[in-house]
Amino acid sequence: MKYVLKKIGTLILTLLAVSALVFFAFSFIPASPALSKLGTEATAEKIAELNHQMGLDRPVLVRFGEWVAGIVHGDFGISYSYNTPVTQLLSEKIAVTMLLSVMAILITVILSFPLGIYVARKSDSKLDVFFTTVNQMIMSIPSFFSGILITLIFGLILHVFTPGAYVSYKRDFFKCVAYLVFPALSIALPKISMVVKLLKDTALKEADKDYVRTAYSRGNRTKAVFYKHVLKNAIIPVITFLGMTFADIIAGSIIVEQVFGVPGLGRILLTSISGRDYPVVEAIILLLATAVVVSNLIVDLLYKKFDPRIHV
Amino acid sequence: MKAFKKLWRLIILSATLTVALCACGGDKAGDASKHITIGIPQDLSDSLDPHEALAAGTREILFNIYEGLVKPDSNGDLKPAVADEYSVSEDGLTYTFHLRKGVKFHNGKDVTADDVLYSIKRNADPDSTLANASAFSNVKEYKADGENIVITLNKKDGDFLQTMTIAIVPEGVDNLSTQPCGTGPYKFVSRSPQENIILKRFADYWGEKAYIEDVTLKICANADSITMDLLGGSVDFFARITASQALQLKDSNFNIEEGTMNLVQAMYLNNAVEPFNNEKVRQALCYAVDPKEIIDFAFDGKGTELGSSMFPAFGKYFVKEINDVYNPDIEKAKELLKEAGYENGFSFAIKVPSNYQPHIDTAQVIVEQLKKIGVNAEIKLVEWDSWLSDVYVGRDFEATVVGVDASTMTAKAMLERFTSDSSKNFVNFKSDAYDAAFNNAINATDDATATEYYKECEWILAREAANVYIQDLAEMVAINNKYTGYEFYPIYVLDIAKIKPAK
Repeated sequence: MKYVLKKIGTLILTLLAVSALVFFAFSFIPASPALSKLGTEATAEKIAELNHQMGLDRPVLVRFGEWVAGIVHGDFGISYSYNTPVTQLLSEKIAVTMLLSVMAILITVILSFPLGIYVARKSDSKLDVFFTTVNQMIMSIPSFFSGILITLIFGLILHVFTPGAYVSYKRDFFKCVAYLVFPALSIALPKISMVVKLLKDTALKEADKDYVRTAYSRGNRTKAVFYKHVLKNAIIPVITFLGMTFADIIAGSIIVEQVFGVPGLGRILLTSISGRDYPVVEAIILLLATAVVVSNLIVDLLYKKFDPRIHV
Repeated sequence: MKAFKKLWRLIILSATLTVALCACGGDKAGDASKHITIGIPQDLSDSLDPHEALAAGTREILFNIYEGLVKPDSNGDLKPAVADEYSVSEDGLTYTFHLRKGVKFHNGKDVTADDVLYSIKRNADPDSTLANASAFSNVKEYKADGENIVITLNKKDGDFLQTMTIAIVPEGVDNLSTQPCGTGPYKFVSRSPQENIILKRFADYWGEKAYIEDVTLKICANADSITMDLLGGSVDFFARITASQALQLKDSNFNIEEGTMNLVQAMYLNNAVEPFNNEKVRQALCYAVDPKEIIDFAFDGKGTELGSSMFPAFGKYFVKEINDVYNPDIEKAKELLKEAGYENGFSFAIKVPSNYQPHIDTAQVIVEQLKKIGVNAEIKLVEWDSWLSDVYVGRDFEATVVGVDASTMTAKAMLERFTSDSSKNFVNFKSDAYDAAFNNAINATDDATATEYYKECEWILAREAANVYIQDLAEMVAINNKYTGYEFYPIYVLDIAKIKPAK
């Protein structure tokens, strides 16, 4: 219990630190929300006046304190660009990005586990060099490029889907998921090859261990040994890996959203930064930081469950 | 692990099924008269209130939702809209607008004189902080007289009619910044931020109804996926495509229509810093930079050369001959540099906004052209908001490549910014001759004299080499051949009501 409480305490401190950083960062970059709103009508006096009207000329610490107080009450402020409460603005976007990230993880797990085991079993054959090379290649493709390739092949050549034709999950959940398969695949590809490599290495290491030799000597068939015993032990580092790359997957979805025209957190984060829409940026950053920290926490806790020998 | 294998097989099966079913979704050849999807590069992220909206991208869409007492047609001429006729008194001080009968707002309410007065009041009120407020500073009084609106000015102003293109909004409606309500051919239905905006044809429109019933304005933020979206069929129309995108769409089911962007692209020079405070240096750069080469190299030969801060769509104000003030002449350029004391050339930085590829491409050609006279230019890419704050407001730059247009189709709006005390004079141009000519123009008693003085201003800008003028960029629009009827306007608008299904 004390362990969990300590972890949660660290979590809150981390989030505060990240939010503070963002707040301060905005004070250093040129331009301001007032300038963004005024555009080419801007003059030094008009900017100063609008800044005052928006309360932006108060000291950073005061504004930060006010923001934190609001968060505690669940009030994330009002978007400067859209004049709507941030929670309302972001709720649908968060759902989309989360859906995309979860699909990416699912695809990664579903495709990489069997592939990893298969490659591990074939590690003595001539195909090994081929697998390793192909794996390495896929690992190094950046997600936006694999996104463009997938759009080209599956969208324009094979006509399996229509690029850009995203359908909101509110209107048609099934169609939405069907469209999201492709961006999810783009994000998953490099992760699949990483997990395959990891799984192969771990599985082979496990296969050398004594308990495996014992299983063989007991008469278990190779395949059964791999799936029943080796996999269970090899899974642990993989789960750790997936937990830690969850943040990476969310980041990947933000990039891939641009290629596939998916209205998730990615686009609104980028436009809010360039439009200096502080409340929206801060809310999104807080969200992402929370997702990372919480997923790491879950991995830590799961870790302990999977292998009772481990003492974190 | 038998259960695992069973599960695995089930997952493979459902995945294949999903993929197969998406293929079935396919392309329902949409009925062209019912719906069109128009791609726009950015979301309308400032207020949807027409009196508050400043961004050109927002105003070009609001053009379909709101109208003023008069509104521009595709030639830039003002035609009656919410007013069905108007007259100006002999002395030019009193304007009388007759309210058209039967004009309705999108919420079903009839337009009354009170709504017009309210719309004017929002802008003319001395405490108003709205963008158009300065345009109303010349208004002495305005009132309703039966079915007429009478506006009296303090001073005669030939451009006043332009001001009456401001939107007529319903009195007493509070949420205009998020829920537009106007009199235009399309009404606002809904929006999903960063995703789309939905419009619907207004059935009770007073004039010629729009052809297409439902319009989806889809935000296509990623420039690279625009061609894929067009070819894939999820977007039917996209304005301002680049030359390379047009090439990709050749021989497809898209027509590329050509117009002009109606702006002045130039390398704007900060006249207040060295060496650009020396007229000879500025003139040398004008002789060294060859606009034709830029247009051929970076824009596939499409673009109209300009010699001053005015473009052809302005009709009578545009003087073609000004372009010949500086024909490319490397020797003359070198000679001028020598006279100015820069025989060995010099270095400077060109700040270019990073979101405008045409300006980046132009700057790159300029860098090469200037090398021939021993001048080294370095390109610095800046984010748009940083450009606004550092270059436009802060005037902290040496040179910049950007396109400048006028908020209204008036010579005054275009040329005002170069008077020495203008708050928009980001190039710090200072010329007594210019100030005098401009002053004469705005005080002229008749249109012909004013036009002559405005032209004089343009000649001065060229002769004193305020900037290195390049071109009015060509605008290319990609439209699915299911549709036709798109008309180019000399101002930044997207007239959706004119688009109709091709037979």
